[in-house]
Amino acid sequence: MSRPLTSATADAHGGTAAPTAATAVGHEAGGDAVLRVTDLTVDFPTDDGVVHAVRGVSYALSPREVLGIVGESGSGKSVTSLAIIGLLPKTARITGSVRFRGEELIGLPDKDMRKVRGEQIAMIFQDPMTSLNPVYPIGWQIAEGIRAHHRDVSRAAARDRAVDLLALVGIPHPKERAANYPHEFSGGMRQRVVIALAMANDPDVIIADEPTTALDVTVQAQILETLQKAQQETSAAIVLITHDLGVVAGVADRVLVMYAGKPVELGSVDDVYYRPRMPYSIGLLGSLPRLDAVDQDRLTPIAGAPPSLINLPPGCPFSPRCPLRQGVCDDEEPALRQTDGQAHYAACHFSHTLESEDGVPEGLFSATSADFSGPIAIMPTTGAAAPTEGPQS
Amino acid sequence: MASGPTTGTSTTGGPDLVETPGGAQPGPKPAGVVEREFTVAVRSQRQMILRRFLNHRLAVASLIIFIALLMGSLIGGRLWHYGFADRTGDYSQPPSLKHPMGTDDIGHDVMALVFRGAQKSVQIALLVALLSTTIGTLVGAVAGFYRGRADALLMRFVDLVLTVPSLAILAVLASVVGSKAGGWFFVAIVLAGITWAPISRVVRGVFLSLREKEYVEAARALGANDRRIIFRHLLPNALGAIIVNATIVVAVAILTETALSYLGVGVQRPDTSLGLLISDGQGAAQTRPWLFYFPGLVIILIALTVNFIGDGLRDAFDPTQTRVRA
Amino acid sequence: MTATAEQPASTAIGTEPVLSVRDLVKHFPITSRGVIRRKIGDIHAVCGVSFDLYPRETLGLVGESGCGKSTTGRTVLQLQPATSGSVVFQGQELTDKSSKQMRSVRRDLQIVFQDPYASLNPRMTVNDIVAEPLRIHGLHDKHSGDKMRELFRLVGLNPEHGNRYPHEFSGGQRQRIGIARALALEPKALILDEPVSALDVSIQAGVVNLLEELQDRLGLAYLFIAHDLSVVRHIADRVAVMYLGKIVELADRHELFDRPAHPYTQALMSAIPIPDPVKERERRRIVIRGDVPSPASPPSGCRFRTRCPKFANQLSEGERERCVEEEPALIERGQGHPAACHYAAVEKVL
Repeated sequence: MSRPLTSATADAHGGTAAPTAATAVGHEAGGDAVLRVTDLTVDFPTDDGVVHAVRGVSYALSPREVLGIVGESGSGKSVTSLAIIGLLPKTARITGSVRFRGEELIGLPDKDMRKVRGEQIAMIFQDPMTSLNPVYPIGWQIAEGIRAHHRDVSRAAARDRAVDLLALVGIPHPKERAANYPHEFSGGMRQRVVIALAMANDPDVIIADEPTTALDVTVQAQILETLQKAQQETSAAIVLITHDLGVVAGVADRVLVMYAGKPVELGSVDDVYYRPRMPYSIGLLGSLPRLDAVDQDRLTPIAGAPPSLINLPPGCPFSPRCPLRQGVCDDEEPALRQTDGQAHYAACHFSHTLESEDGVPEGLFSATSADFSGPIAIMPTTGAAAPTEGPQS
Repeated sequence: MASGPTTGTSTTGGPDLVETPGGAQPGPKPAGVVEREFTVAVRSQRQMILRRFLNHRLAVASLIIFIALLMGSLIGGRLWHYGFADRTGDYSQPPSLKHPMGTDDIGHDVMALVFRGAQKSVQIALLVALLSTTIGTLVGAVAGFYRGRADALLMRFVDLVLTVPSLAILAVLASVVGSKAGGWFFVAIVLAGITWAPISRVVRGVFLSLREKEYVEAARALGANDRRIIFRHLLPNALGAIIVNATIVVAVAILTETALSYLGVGVQRPDTSLGLLISDGQGAAQTRPWLFYFPGLVIILIALTVNFIGDGLRDAFDPTQTRVRA
Repeated sequence: MTATAEQPASTAIGTEPVLSVRDLVKHFPITSRGVIRRKIGDIHAVCGVSFDLYPRETLGLVGESGCGKSTTGRTVLQLQPATSGSVVFQGQELTDKSSKQMRSVRRDLQIVFQDPYASLNPRMTVNDIVAEPLRIHGLHDKHSGDKMRELFRLVGLNPEHGNRYPHEFSGGQRQRIGIARALALEPKALILDEPVSALDVSIQAGVVNLLEELQDRLGLAYLFIAHDLSVVRHIADRVAVMYLGKIVELADRHELFDRPAHPYTQALMSAIPIPDPVKERERRRIVIRGDVPSPASPPSGCRFRTRCPKFANQLSEGERERCVEEEPALIERGQGHPAACHYAAVEKVL
């Protein structure tokens, strides 16, 4: 993947990353952030209790930057973006602030939100059929997307622009294919159409939620290329949500790592990948089999599983799986604090112990095959003993 | 091809809202122990089904009422000091303390009649449900599992049964066999002969989808034979649909039996059923309403409650239901 | 010693493969809708696949969606009858066996499925699930309790949780249950159909480690079907790359990743993102255009030619004709391992 378009000039051999246009975290003042999220929380009441899907996310998105939000299942990465764009069900309880160009989006009535959605903030989903209507030709859908936000544009002009957009995203014979229906395209082509749709009104922010997860890897490469083209054309900032650390490495300027509904590390892509300061990030990076590894010994998984988001006990949600776990970790949940890197934040009581290393610390996680060893209280109803030991090798 | 977890994608293909890792939820914690290991779900499947059913208030109320009716029909008839064939000597009495539902022109206590009638109706309905569910499940299972020619043949037969004007055929058949003592049994058989067909359709559909499930393929890979797959893997998972349809059949059977008896080809005198009572009482609906409305009310109650119970059961067995409290 | 399509260079001559597949073909008929169903075409899912699997080794079978790798796995197991070809397992030909005859074979050849949520019967307890193979083969007796406990511990699960239902376990744990079930009959070879694709990334590593451990401990042979080349690089000894029903390249692990010869393999490796920002920024991408052709009507000659960057950019008119008319065989062409390309040439991608 060619270099991302913004001016991230991180130096991989030590030293701090040169900051991009504005790398302020949400709670810092100033900066010309196009999107500023502050303390966003989302709760879902269900029959089993309240699910705290998102528990305090803050970040600021600068113009033209690519922010990668990385996390596994239960991290809350998708819910965060749905909350920003106002697509959560009415039962969701959202608090916090999301400012788009200074305007508050939380609590905005739907008719005002609709003006923002699709024109200024566009969204790309994992399944292209979320955005495409199966009974209308795609050219028509794009044209309608344009005319919905620009009433003065004529049908003919909108159609021409739609064809231009299709050409831009790499659909061959765009004029003819504009008359085709979504089912006449392959999965990869459909996603390109969705990208065209997202670009149609020149948005300032494009949120892409796992845009390539359902695609083959060769098609994924095409789509990521198309996404970068879209950014070039629209000068939009991109929020790329994914679980794939490889994708983020190639495309993002900054990375936000989420776990159990909260951000646990935020920094430039080089900082997070080469100088991670939170054990979860380290574990995540260490558990990946590498395509370029000549002889990778054993992988180092993170034993256990992400916690449920109902009835979270106090303390750091990662502590049951953390090799650095101490007493304070079970009592107090660490806040996102600045580490040794500029604009590099980590939520760990002991991130300073990781600062002395240059590069990813070895041996933090063990190369175990166990899911979680030792006597485990998996079933509270049986009253079995709580875990007496952490993960063993 | 997805390299991410596939936790419950919604049917509309939209994004996951709440990614629950492995569908796990914690339950009540033992006192004093801070639960740290979260990969838990405490409730068994049965508990979850029960819980979902209990959430459906209408279904629960209906269940209570239906059980009350059932008890009433089975036991009430015995306990009540009037038999349904007794001539009490009170002719055409409106409801009073002595006869809470009044009497008819021959002196029968209507309450006793209603008890008996309800008992008969429920008897027939339950037998019909049992028979038709068994036959329908068998046919549907064979058709859905083996597909091909067996499926085509069986389903064409089912189509035949469904297209035939059932009530007319029933009436003819019932008039032939029903005019003996114990005729209610034959009425039940004949009713079952019609109502099994829709069940077989449903079961076939369920089996068709279940047989493609990966755990069925897994069983084959282990060397399981057809019988094992049908009884150990498919039937238990089809149980939900079968039970729901069985309850629908109960309601249908009651109403159909009522119609038949009303037409005079169902349960015959001297025995009685709710349909017969309505038929007898309809002429007097204006002048002696208690002869008509009491049996009618009971029929409606039975049919309604069974329908709501069926609703509740359907929701309870549907594992995709996680209702969010507003 | 040069490697042939079947025998890896590192294996001593004389070791018998535990599984030999020759010219395996699997077509799915496409029937027209309507009252009278007529066959109007075929989906050529697997078109002449050949490979050997040796004891204690892992053969990785990689490809993208629609390449036929999963179908190959299932056809080898006779879960779907092969259209033609031969599958010899431990000296026995499997393709003409009835399901009754296959039963005894299944004790030695088992499969682990991709989806941990769908491959376990939700109405059975975990104990029942793992005991089922024993029951089916009449091996379940009063001593089976010990065996089951042993199995649970082998895959890293607590035996006390056996009377729970699958939905009470996490994805990684469920996959371990599936592995325990596959091991209950003590097979010689396992077919693993994308065993970690549906798991969270940090959990994948644990299951991969488990599979490696089990292979060492129990002496198993693995046919590891996957689309994720990174995992395959880690676990496989030899790798076969599939495209549209055919194997296009087959090599020892190091050979394949160091010196890929087929344009598709090169493009595939080039497309896979590496979690290393500097490397990613500096990488040269070989981007292939277009979509996979429909398996119902694969291109003539070389199936990859419609998307092949070599075809599009480097070959002359005459050379292209050969690609259109002549299907390249999977043979050794001077690169050290078989590749199915008339103009195969090694290009380092990583």
